[in-house]
Amino acid sequence: MRLEPVANPTLLRTVGLPALALFGTVVAASLLAMIAGAQPFSVLGLIVKGAFGSKFAALETLNRATPLIFTGLAVAVAFRAQLWNIGAEAQLYVGAVVTVVLGTGALAWPAFALLPTIAVAAMLAGAVVLLVPTFLKTRFGVDEVVTTLLLNFVVLLWVSMLLEGALKDPMGLGWPKSARLIAEARLPRMVEGLRLHWGLGLALISALVVWVIQRRTTLGYEMRAVGLNKEAARFAGIPVNTVLIKTALLSGGLAALAGFSEVAGLKGSLTLDISPGFGYTGIIVAMLALLNPLGVVVAALFVAGIFVGADSMSRAAGVPTYLADIMLALALLMMVLAIMLTKFRVRRD
Amino acid sequence: MTKTDEAQVVLRLSSITKRFGKLTANDAISFDLAKGEVIALLGENGAGKTTLMNILFGHYTADEGEVEVFGQRLPPSQPKAALQAGVGMVHQHFTLADNMTVLENIVLGTEPLWRMGFGRSAARRRILALVEDYGLRVDPDATVGSLTVGERQRVEILKALYRDARILILDEPTAVLTPQETEDLFATMRKAVAHGLSVIFISHKLHEVTAISSRVVVLRHGKLVAEARTADLDRHQLAQMMVGAEVPPPAVREAAPGEVLVALEGVSTPDRGAAPGLKSANMALRGGQIIGMAGVSGNGQAALADLIGGLIAPASGRLRLKDGVPSDWSPRAALAAGIARIPEDRHKTGTIADFDLTENAVLELYAKPPFSRRGWMDWGAARDFTQKVIERYDVRCPGAETRIRLLSGGNMQKLILGRVLETAPDVVLANQPVRGLDIGALTYVHEQLLAARDRGAAVLLISEDLDEITALSDVIHVISEGRLSPAFGRGELTTAELGVWMAGHGFEGETHAA
Repeated sequence: MRLEPVANPTLLRTVGLPALALFGTVVAASLLAMIAGAQPFSVLGLIVKGAFGSKFAALETLNRATPLIFTGLAVAVAFRAQLWNIGAEAQLYVGAVVTVVLGTGALAWPAFALLPTIAVAAMLAGAVVLLVPTFLKTRFGVDEVVTTLLLNFVVLLWVSMLLEGALKDPMGLGWPKSARLIAEARLPRMVEGLRLHWGLGLALISALVVWVIQRRTTLGYEMRAVGLNKEAARFAGIPVNTVLIKTALLSGGLAALAGFSEVAGLKGSLTLDISPGFGYTGIIVAMLALLNPLGVVVAALFVAGIFVGADSMSRAAGVPTYLADIMLALALLMMVLAIMLTKFRVRRD
Repeated sequence: MTKTDEAQVVLRLSSITKRFGKLTANDAISFDLAKGEVIALLGENGAGKTTLMNILFGHYTADEGEVEVFGQRLPPSQPKAALQAGVGMVHQHFTLADNMTVLENIVLGTEPLWRMGFGRSAARRRILALVEDYGLRVDPDATVGSLTVGERQRVEILKALYRDARILILDEPTAVLTPQETEDLFATMRKAVAHGLSVIFISHKLHEVTAISSRVVVLRHGKLVAEARTADLDRHQLAQMMVGAEVPPPAVREAAPGEVLVALEGVSTPDRGAAPGLKSANMALRGGQIIGMAGVSGNGQAALADLIGGLIAPASGRLRLKDGVPSDWSPRAALAAGIARIPEDRHKTGTIADFDLTENAVLELYAKPPFSRRGWMDWGAARDFTQKVIERYDVRCPGAETRIRLLSGGNMQKLILGRVLETAPDVVLANQPVRGLDIGALTYVHEQLLAARDRGAAVLLISEDLDEITALSDVIHVISEGRLSPAFGRGELTTAELGVWMAGHGFEGETHAA
């Protein structure tokens, strides 16, 4: 058997195969639900209902999707330029730390000045976190997959240290938890009376901005060129390393906004479990979206829906919530396979 | 043609044909190899030598024709079958594991892994016997990573002999050897022949061919153009056979040379792996001239092209432009200096396969108005430019939004031509500009290069095709192992004389054998 490139993939290939991948995921998940002793289709129905079936469920899904849009964008932007940022988790936490440092009374400014300041500071901090591995890559050829991945653990331990020390809430009864943000540092609700903060609005705007950057700006063109063919880009005079560094700034900043949005919008304070792996899940989101920034929004809703829906399904059908993780893993694997099969066909010799 | 005694034939190739797209790499090639014979397979780069040997060894499947070894037809595309039939191949690029010993490398793949411990002492005895018989001096317990290139090659040969190869194929074995090591290799080859083995020796170095082979088979443009006993030929005849018949003087009118636009003054660049860098190269590119750079592939052309294209800077010596020596040398600096570049590999370097024609057309120009202003792309302007290139340079395509990977090589090259020539450059660097193109596209590219010359540009034409060089060039240099020959005027040297320079003779004050 060998793989043969497909010169001009048909629409059926480019759209049909990813759709088939999602369908395959659903079938496989149904089988697993059956093994767990539940009615397969009722489980899927319960997941959908649990994710989008009520106002409460939909709001929960949207809240869960918000950080995933940010981390998904961060990964999509970086991967587009073939900068393999596996460290969105670290950048998210650094963004959250900056939000807490500036938002718990250090700056006593009105909200309209304070919130943008915190957001920009968080983005800068996240950018710096990704800048280090990127610099090591462009300068010394160090593999950024390894460095960004390992930095996740470094940053998480550092945050843990801060929460036990400098950032520990004196009124927190000894829990590793930061003080609460002042009211001016909280993201307001998007609609009065709904549990939905402006983090979502910021995420949607970010997706649009990233899309515009990629399609309309010189930097976006450079990023795509570097990602598709570094050698040709260098030959044509595109400053490859500078482009990678700019990409890192954007990617790290977007991931940090996830931390800002979670602390300032949802939680109001920082704990060590503020992200249940949003940085890693962002990779799945970006891959499912085929690295398209607008697709990231849809993919984040899909992934968040599965998580939220699986929680409620689990209560109703007695199937473990791990089904959600398995579904996502399957979706990712099938999608990667589908992407490959849109570009190659399998030939038997 | 020499008829080989039927009983002595160990290998027979019968009308082997292999096509890659439009390119016919091997066109109905047939020849026999007899027991105890060294055949030299001679030809310029791209003549189809390596393709032919890869078919013989089962790496490629021939479109037509068949391979017989000791009277048995080899099943296509099964390297294992070729190995079992007694064919051993030593590739240009070695296939050894650096972190293992010589012995382990030789045994690797021949013995089941779980029996390695048992077979070790027997294997060592056999290897030492082979080392003795064939004069392949190498320590079986040395780690391959610590060996010189020559020693590694001996390990490769030992590997083939250990597998009882009766036919040895050596693909340009001397390319990586010093003259001393080459002598040792020839001694080994003579011993192998004495042991009744047969050897196919691939080369483009004429003096080696005359030194070692009993017969020569010459390939040109995928065709077998000559087959003769080596003793019946002299080096000049070989050169002529290799590079083709003398071409009639081209109908190109003389052009008055202009001022020097780019000059190399004793420029050296570092070697890159097996590819040599430039060695104190001197050259002047004058306006209104096509400067042909003849030479066998891998003799420093890549370094020369990278230097003038802005990808590398001189390690020593100076690159002088019209306005002096540039302080910072980069692709952008080269573009700003009016140097247009047609890269050797249009698929990998010249274009981005998944970009459309528009995105590819502005690849070198995107950062400046009208295509980009204050960080924003003006895709309208880019499309207009692309449309203009498509029309003026006759790029056949469904439209400007087509991904460029769907275009034929010729149309891709026309887009690159348009992209670089539309800026009316002072200097055109054309590195293998017609490689793999059909005759129509080839002629078109040549016309455009001549037009650029007539407009007053200096055109540096780097090519392995000597016919192309002699037909177009006003001035010819030969490049060999990074050294540049002096400039020869149009018609000053015959093709055969150029072939001798290409083979590396005449440099360093040595008078060339003209």
